[in-house]
Amino acid sequence: MAHETHAAHGAVEHAHPGPKTYTIIGVFLAIITLVEVWVYNVEAVRPYLVLILLPLSAVKFATVVGAYMHLRFDHPIFTAIFGFGLLVAASVITALMFLFGQYPLPHHAG
Amino acid sequence: MWAFLASDCMFFGTLIATYMVYKNRSLDGPLPRETFDVPYTSVSAFVLLLSSLTMVLALAAIQHGQERKMRIWLGATALLGCVFLGGQFYEFTTFYQDGLTLSRNLFGSTFFTLTGFHGTHVAIGVFWLASLVAQSFRGRLHQGHSLLVEIAGLYWHFVDIVWILIFTLVYLIPD
Repeated sequence: MAHETHAAHGAVEHAHPGPKTYTIIGVFLAIITLVEVWVYNVEAVRPYLVLILLPLSAVKFATVVGAYMHLRFDHPIFTAIFGFGLLVAASVITALMFLFGQYPLPHHAG
Repeated sequence: MWAFLASDCMFFGTLIATYMVYKNRSLDGPLPRETFDVPYTSVSAFVLLLSSLTMVLALAAIQHGQERKMRIWLGATALLGCVFLGGQFYEFTTFYQDGLTLSRNLFGSTFFTLTGFHGTHVAIGVFWLASLVAQSFRGRLHQGHSLLVEIAGLYWHFVDIVWILIFTLVYLIPD
């Protein structure tokens, strides 16, 4: 029984990356942060700041959760548990912002 | 741990939502754009990102039975956490001197509540990491206990991803 359980886990869990991969991921995250700060300082893209920064932030978030927190390599039940919490949080933020008229996307006056 | 992190997600979700709703409803200043020093906070964001890298290197070290390396990386992670907290303390002090307090306006109340709770999470993480280093020095943390480091790592990375969101939503999109 224990052997079967171990085998079942082995079917969905994979080996974690090594230090070299972690370092490359760290450099990638640092580059995205640099791009975010650079975009923030470019006056021409200010109206589209949200549209540019939110996807970049989402990429960083997903990279840390997937690679550093090993969610990509762990059992899918952990993804489901964490995903549920994340979904509730995102829903609360979105619902409250629209409810109180704080639209996150650019809109034109008049 | 994943269940706790999911619940903490909802906790920070409500704090972020409250900040986003109230940040532009203050009757008087200081307001977000005139308060934040983005280049300074960018350095803090880099420090926390770097601490995530050192944390995952500590986990890789203990999984390979390299206890000395693990202690170095865990110590570096705790140190970077302290640097972040020091930066936050300096930032809060500067804001206070500029007139932004917890009770000054809605922006101040929601900003200090959100970032203060995040800072508290970082402080708890630093104590957790320090206790792991202490356990390792006493010879109570070996390759077989790598799960203890992995769980502490999950908490630390979570603190990092919350800052990723706060940095973007609070500092880079202030209006």
